[in-house]
Amino acid sequence: MSPSVHVHVKHTVRLFASWSDALGPVAEVELPEGARVGDLLAALTERAKSKLIKPLPHPLVAVNQRYARADVVLAAGDELAIIPPVAGG
Amino acid sequence: MNSPSFLLLRAAEVRAAIVEHPLDPSALLAEVADVGSGASTLFVGTVRRSNQGRAVTGIDYSAYEPMALKELETIIREAAEQFGTTHVVVEHRLGTLGLGEASIVIAVSHERRAAAMDAQRFVIEEIKRRVPIWKREHYVDGDRAWVDNLGGAIAAEPDAVAGDSAGDVTRD
Repeated sequence: MSPSVHVHVKHTVRLFASWSDALGPVAEVELPEGARVGDLLAALTERAKSKLIKPLPHPLVAVNQRYARADVVLAAGDELAIIPPVAGG
Repeated sequence: MNSPSFLLLRAAEVRAAIVEHPLDPSALLAEVADVGSGASTLFVGTVRRSNQGRAVTGIDYSAYEPMALKELETIIREAAEQFGTTHVVVEHRLGTLGLGEASIVIAVSHERRAAAMDAQRFVIEEIKRRVPIWKREHYVDGDRAWVDNLGGAIAAEPDAVAGDSAGDVTRD
């Protein structure tokens, strides 16, 4: 594949609590193939910035219903979720 | 099958649920009862009338339900490994709760009291740390706010929260 061709993948992400208030319960994010969890979070953080007066709490990201580190590579069809600081109990 | 002797002699009772109806602590306590157990413990988390100096009128609980249920079940399994508990039942309620209403009930029974109490403490602390459930407090002045269990500390170190499960998401 030519290096000048950038394949993008569209990811669907679920959001909760304060992040859902800011961006809605579901967001579509298009990222280059091979993008990682950290790239997804950066894209959504950028999107939220323009809408908010105060920053959102830093969340975790769940991939297929498990907490995932920032370096995990995203695959098409992954179930992705933004997990703001939790408050169960 | 439903005779009392069967219910008292069953080998294990391990269950987690996320529900939208009022919780019944005594029913959960009965569920973990076993003649092999010398101690039963019951934890009930309730909506408190004030938080950080603000008068609270109620709390909305919401969840990422499928993941929350998985995490609850993982925590119970970890408790079984660490404390040898075979009788643990957890129910967490979602929706809008008024003052004094129970948001969570945990019932544990074990042959010995120390293991029962230690397991229960472990289960509630882990739930507060990592189960994807959120609460929005309603205040007397009409304001509402999302509240977290760790004062935002969760954000600083994802691995501390992700624990072992973070390592499970790996790709080449």
